Amino acid sequence: MRMPAPLDAALLLAGGWLALGLGAMASPRSIALARALFPAGALVGLALAAVGLAGLFDAPAVRLLPLGLPELPFHARLDCLSAFFLVLLGSVSAAVSVFARGYLRDDPGSHPPGLQALCYHVFLASMALVLLADDAYFFMVAWESMALSSFFLVITDHRHAEIRRAGYLYLLIAHLGAISILLCFGALQGGSGDYTFDTMREIHQPAAWASVAFLLALAGFGAKAGLLPLHVWLPEAHPAAPSPVSALLSAVMLKTAVYGMLRVTLDLIGFSLWWWGVVALAVGLASALFGIVFAAVQSDMKRLLAYSSIENVGLIVAGFGLALVFHGFGMARLAALALTATLYHCLNHAFFKGLLFLATGSVLHATSERSLGRLGGLIHRMPWVAWCALVGTIAIAGLPPLNGFASEWLLLQAFLFTPGLPQAYLNMLVPLAAAAVALTAALSGYVMVKFYGVVFLGQAREAKLAQAHDADLWQRAGLAWLAAGCVALGLAPTIVIGLVDPIARMLVASGMDTGSGSWLFVAPIDPARASYSPVIFLLGVAALVAIAWGSVRFFYHGRMRRAAAWDCGFPFIGPRMQDSAEGFGQPVKVVFRPMFRIRGEAPAPLDTRPRYHESADDRLWGWLYVPVARAVDRATGLVTVLQRGRISVYLLYSFATLLLLLLIVR
Amino acid sequence: MNASLSGLAAQFTELALAVLLAPLLTGWVNQCRAWLQNKSGPGLLQPYRLLGKLFQKEIVLATNASPLFRAAPYLIFGCLALAAAIVPTLGTDLPLNAAADAIALVGLLALARLFISLAGMDVGTAFGTLGARREMLVGFLAEPALLMVLFTASLISQSTSLATIVETLAHRDFVIYPSLAFAGVAFTMVSLAENARIPVDNPATHLELTMIHEAMILEYSGRHLAMVEWAASLKLFVYSCMGLALFFPWGVAGGGDWLGIVLALPALLAKLAVGGAALALIEIVSAKMRIFRAPEFLGTAFLLAVLALLVHVLLEG
Repeated sequence: MRMPAPLDAALLLAGGWLALGLGAMASPRSIALARALFPAGALVGLALAAVGLAGLFDAPAVRLLPLGLPELPFHARLDCLSAFFLVLLGSVSAAVSVFARGYLRDDPGSHPPGLQALCYHVFLASMALVLLADDAYFFMVAWESMALSSFFLVITDHRHAEIRRAGYLYLLIAHLGAISILLCFGALQGGSGDYTFDTMREIHQPAAWASVAFLLALAGFGAKAGLLPLHVWLPEAHPAAPSPVSALLSAVMLKTAVYGMLRVTLDLIGFSLWWWGVVALAVGLASALFGIVFAAVQSDMKRLLAYSSIENVGLIVAGFGLALVFHGFGMARLAALALTATLYHCLNHAFFKGLLFLATGSVLHATSERSLGRLGGLIHRMPWVAWCALVGTIAIAGLPPLNGFASEWLLLQAFLFTPGLPQAYLNMLVPLAAAAVALTAALSGYVMVKFYGVVFLGQAREAKLAQAHDADLWQRAGLAWLAAGCVALGLAPTIVIGLVDPIARMLVASGMDTGSGSWLFVAPIDPARASYSPVIFLLGVAALVAIAWGSVRFFYHGRMRRAAAWDCGFPFIGPRMQDSAEGFGQPVKVVFRPMFRIRGEAPAPLDTRPRYHESADDRLWGWLYVPVARAVDRATGLVTVLQRGRISVYLLYSFATLLLLLLIVR
Repeated sequence: MNASLSGLAAQFTELALAVLLAPLLTGWVNQCRAWLQNKSGPGLLQPYRLLGKLFQKEIVLATNASPLFRAAPYLIFGCLALAAAIVPTLGTDLPLNAAADAIALVGLLALARLFISLAGMDVGTAFGTLGARREMLVGFLAEPALLMVLFTASLISQSTSLATIVETLAHRDFVIYPSLAFAGVAFTMVSLAENARIPVDNPATHLELTMIHEAMILEYSGRHLAMVEWAASLKLFVYSCMGLALFFPWGVAGGGDWLGIVLALPALLAKLAVGGAALALIEIVSAKMRIFRAPEFLGTAFLLAVLALLVHVLLEG
């Protein structure tokens, strides 16, 4: 038997993260120790990314671990799907760890630094193990340890009541999702009682059970990914967590949920029905549109990014749904195209959202402000952070030649091929879906102009911002790594497509040929239909900009003088006259008014002490969560009738239950 | 090799022509408008005189302006010049078409919009941010509509490459596609909004309640303003040529046909003259809308474009 080297290495590296975390507990109060551990964690991350790259092109390797319960050992497996997500986890977490080295503070009232380092590294290790698990038991253990460690990270600043509330909500929905996933595995084992993924692959499910398993997986992993209607934890938990943790939650943890969906649907079930794809497409697009519209009206920069994560995950799931539709109809190459776009967007979102969350972390440290209404003009004080964030802004807005555009381009191409579907109704619905994707992409440009313009451009809205300092070297390194990643992923789509190729071949039995045969051009299916070359695109823009600049300088002059801003001749220009975050979001609030539950008060013209207040909330709270919470309350009220507080009564209950069970079983 | 050389030559000819002719188109539209209003008008060459004057002038830069503000005019100009190079105006043998298709063209226009909006917010004045917000409002409704129009054309020609689209549409039998009729109306509405024309914006105003484009570029002066104005002319040129390419593609030369390219030039000029006059006419007969009517206007355009796509799938698929 050949040594499955990459698998062993990956397991060892995950163990390395665990060891680093436990090492921090040697002296939990020592900030020096915790700080030293983060760069080491970053090295482990880089190594893991390298191992993942090696594993992408290897045959699947399996291993029994000497861990777990007797008779129920842990199975681990590394195939190209796991390897791809390991690359994502390793490369993004390396940057986040380096950043966290500069970010970590010993703040009285939050967890001691050692505990933070422990949770952080356990979180990383459990994400790696989720990707490597090959039986339901191991998977659930890793999944739960991921949920718990991230819960403790979210409530790092636990003295604030709203942070504890956010943590509670997160934990609650994480467990609703976990129950659903557990039931999904129950459906998948098909009565065999064997919960290894290998058995699940072997069993050929009847369509009804497979559909049950698919819907449970969509709900369970969707809860983790922040899909509608289980998204409510996301805009609470992401802002509550420290910025490096927000970056990890959004960039990596949401992707483990996508991994779960892909693993269960395309690998464990092994076939797909076209209507599954329609369900995923509808849920994904609804989440995407919902997320971006709500992002536009936020006034807290981290909440804005959190809502934008809902949007991006929605797009990813929509791409996954489209792949399922094609796969269900046996159109393998188109399924490969949609799947490639989905996985590509996972990687892209990890880089640009990680970058932007880290940038908000630097801003938060420099100014201790999270509210957009109190920031502004930071490009002058924090140029390094501002320019890195500009890269992230262009990337997330889906603009060429950066990475966000490349994956959206592939996704739109996949949509353009749908008129070949054998279902007439689907052919009609898909143009609407393409329109929704286009609207979402355009809105994300709006949101990102708001984010970047209000935080980094204009005049400082508060006097204290004059003291803001640029990020330290560790933070800069983390930001620069992710920004470089955004550029590289945008410029080399053919390389990324090459990396995704084995996964498409494994899951949908076909690759997406890059067509032209040249690394410069991406041409899905057929170069005559469409092709795109970001490198030539970038060179074209750069050359034209250089010619324009050079010839203006050559033919004319460079005279310039500085003066106060003109502003149409208005004499008083204060920072308060700029748009606030609410002001910038107002058009979206008006256009999409029915989506919001708007409450507020406006001053009358003659009020001596005018008060203005308005909030735009999620209608789903009132429609779904409050009724469910009330129903649960009522149900528990009924159950308390059973509670008498006397042990003899409880023993009677146990006895009666036992009798009843014996009656049923025998 | 010869073919690609001639392609490169055609590419550069087209780019140079767009950059040089764009202000003339703006001048022509303004002149037509003046004539329709019974004024004598400043003459066709007025935009060139304006550019010349602005290039000579010194820049007065706001104290608070960042490097982004100074780079933005050149970036916008570069983006729009590349956009002009992608849209087939004379011939369809354009090497850049393999690097950027219709979706990339929309991305390019969006990139220019992002830069100009950020530049509008950079100095931090009331008008700048107001203009940026309104520009993005117009953008997020117009961009998907434009994409849907291009999708309709792409589905007809089975390609998102603009050159292939034009070739297919120009060399088809004379069939009226109902989908293209819807798409044409949507495209006209989008172009009016995107080029800051009446009824969405008024290029001739500096009244604070109404301006969009002018509000964003208030702080620009000298050569920066010249670049921004030139880029705005280029944008009008790009949209006009895109409309001509999609809906009136006749006269555009096929691959490597130099005689065709020479003949395509007068055809293009004639089409642009008619199109520019039509634009002036639309502006004369319509009234400027309140800013919050603009979403309705653009929403209609978006729905029409989606309808075009549906009509194509249902009736022509």
